[in-house]
Amino acid sequence: MSTFTQDNPKCHDFLKGAKKALDDDRLQAQLARSLKDGFQKKRLKGMSRLPEYEQLRDRAKAIKAHTLDNLDRYLEQFEAQVMKAGGHVHWARDDDEAAKIIIDICKSVGAKTVTKGKSMITEEIGLNAHFRANGIEPVETDLGEYIIQLRDEPPSHIIAPAFHISKEQVADTFREHHKDQIEDRDLSQPTTLVHEAREELRQKFLKADVGITGSNVLVAETGTGLIVTNEGNGDLTQSLPPVHIAVSSIEKVVPTLEDADTILRLLARTATGQEMSVYTTFFTGPKRDKDLDGPEQFHMVVLDNRRSDLLGGPLHDVLSCIRCGACINHCPIYGKVSGHAYGWVYPGPIGSILTPHFVGVDEAHLLPNACTMCGRCEDVCPVRIPLPKLLRTWRGRAFDAGHPGGLQRLGLRVWAWFAKRPSFYRLLVRPMVMVLGWMGSSRPYDLPAPQGSTFMDRYKRGER
Amino acid sequence: MTKTPAPKIGLFITCMVDLMRPSVGFAALRLLDRAGAQVVVPDKQTCCGQPAFNSGDFKDAIHIAKDVIEAFENFDHVIAPSGSCTGMIRKHYPDLLKDEQDWATRADKLAVKTFELTEYLAEHLDLAQSLGSFDHTVTYHDSCTSRRELGVVDQPRKLMAAMDGLDIKELGDTETCCGFGGLFSVKFQEVSNAITKTKTELVQDTGADVLTGADLGCLVKQAGQLKKAGSKVRVFHIAEILAGMASGDGIS
Repeated sequence: MSTFTQDNPKCHDFLKGAKKALDDDRLQAQLARSLKDGFQKKRLKGMSRLPEYEQLRDRAKAIKAHTLDNLDRYLEQFEAQVMKAGGHVHWARDDDEAAKIIIDICKSVGAKTVTKGKSMITEEIGLNAHFRANGIEPVETDLGEYIIQLRDEPPSHIIAPAFHISKEQVADTFREHHKDQIEDRDLSQPTTLVHEAREELRQKFLKADVGITGSNVLVAETGTGLIVTNEGNGDLTQSLPPVHIAVSSIEKVVPTLEDADTILRLLARTATGQEMSVYTTFFTGPKRDKDLDGPEQFHMVVLDNRRSDLLGGPLHDVLSCIRCGACINHCPIYGKVSGHAYGWVYPGPIGSILTPHFVGVDEAHLLPNACTMCGRCEDVCPVRIPLPKLLRTWRGRAFDAGHPGGLQRLGLRVWAWFAKRPSFYRLLVRPMVMVLGWMGSSRPYDLPAPQGSTFMDRYKRGER
Repeated sequence: MTKTPAPKIGLFITCMVDLMRPSVGFAALRLLDRAGAQVVVPDKQTCCGQPAFNSGDFKDAIHIAKDVIEAFENFDHVIAPSGSCTGMIRKHYPDLLKDEQDWATRADKLAVKTFELTEYLAEHLDLAQSLGSFDHTVTYHDSCTSRRELGVVDQPRKLMAAMDGLDIKELGDTETCCGFGGLFSVKFQEVSNAITKTKTELVQDTGADVLTGADLGCLVKQAGQLKKAGSKVRVFHIAEILAGMASGDGIS
């Protein structure tokens, strides 16, 4: 089974992808360690130092709700402010249009190499494939993204793209690709790996013709974008090359800098437990006359990709997402199957809501069903998105579209027929007790056996 | 002072108890009787509709919801020995029926008088007196529905604390799902089993000799995994323990 690409989703192969992950002992150990002892513990620690956490969640939720209700106004305000600062705003209706806008800008300056900060929107666009098709070399500069780019793999997590890879695997990958380095060097420590990546990337930063970043938040009142990183690669990506293109999507806008601050106070804490990410970089337009450095050109590409179709509908709340990854980090299913099994760009609970919208319910119907409805995602969501409810909305749409089909659907139909008719239902349950009794006494079913006859039968016989 | 009449309770037996473990139903009857209630098990009940609801078959789920409302709306209280069925009636029926005004009102009325068994017992049993004895080390599995949809966490522990000899050893990672998830465990069996395996390892880590909880689905799933692992941990529904009916092999 090959992994998915942006234009070739493999969501229908969820079960195969899950099996592959379950059979991978190394991956299982890594998932258990990095989620439970990593992300989950760190988030709790971050929360414990934030007594106003619940109030902040309410405020962030309110900011998002207000902005989405007035999205047109704030996007226009954002556009006007970017232009006032000397930048350009490009509205992209869909992924292809966004890719074309970006490629055209790169071609207009004769770009050969572009550096990239981490951006899930560029994954959603499948931008790197477009670059390669146009003879432009994209260089991922976020360490995780850099590693998976070398390995030609998609990200497995929205904030930790190389989450599924061990440091030993990284060492092997570096040995294979960094041919100029001494062959028998020691790559056993994370610090040596980081050092080597930094050395390799430094030249690329200096050579790049265009720098591309995402934007975690767009601030309407000032026309400002902002990114959070822990490596500083975003700063080098956006300020060294002569052209900076920031790529974001319509729902990332908030009205004011103070609103952005509320989002920032929640974002790193729920994602990694940090009070703030190591670097938080604001950018407003290109280099000004008296600035010592910065890009000559600034372009903001804002993607819709049918997000506007979700406004006011049953999935409206998913547009509040600030992409912290907390739902992913706490999902019991993600914790076993990792990111690639989901078969497209966004994994985990948030991905199981977004992906069917982008790739269609026929392709992705398994994702919203691959969930125990445990509700922990909603519990940890910093903007209180009712994820289980939205997942169930997709289950309804999947069911209406004929999923599941075949025996599963037939079974459900038969069960529902009986469940709606109590006296017939009693007749159905009796043989089921026998079947389950047989299954309970035979492998490979891990099913305990029923006690013997149904409660209703015993109760009616007068037992108390 | 006039004595208030015993509240009339409709016991929602749940399809799992009906099919797999009737003793939980009889334990619930015994406990509710002890709490001074007058209990009836209405004949016109099958299931709360979750299999349809969680499969996206909202039409059948609505039909079943209406049947349950009709069968139970005339009781003072509705009690279910399950967090997930209680959550279905209390949280999801009003949402399912919100577009049909009359039914929405009836669903709302039923929702506010529907309680999970331990939730009701913790309020209506005299916990200053011993509930009986159970000389075992017990660990408790919080179902996700009890914890998150109903906010029932302390009540089962208070009830167990009122039993002589019962020693509670808390489970690690108690906020994490056991992997059951209803039809999820059938449709995504391998993923479900992997999650359950991790959960039952935590159960064994407690050193408890009995696992209990208030949701039969979670317990059956974990009992199966424990059996497969050759564990000696016995599994009972909390109603069986509280009613003094937890003897023998338990769920196996």
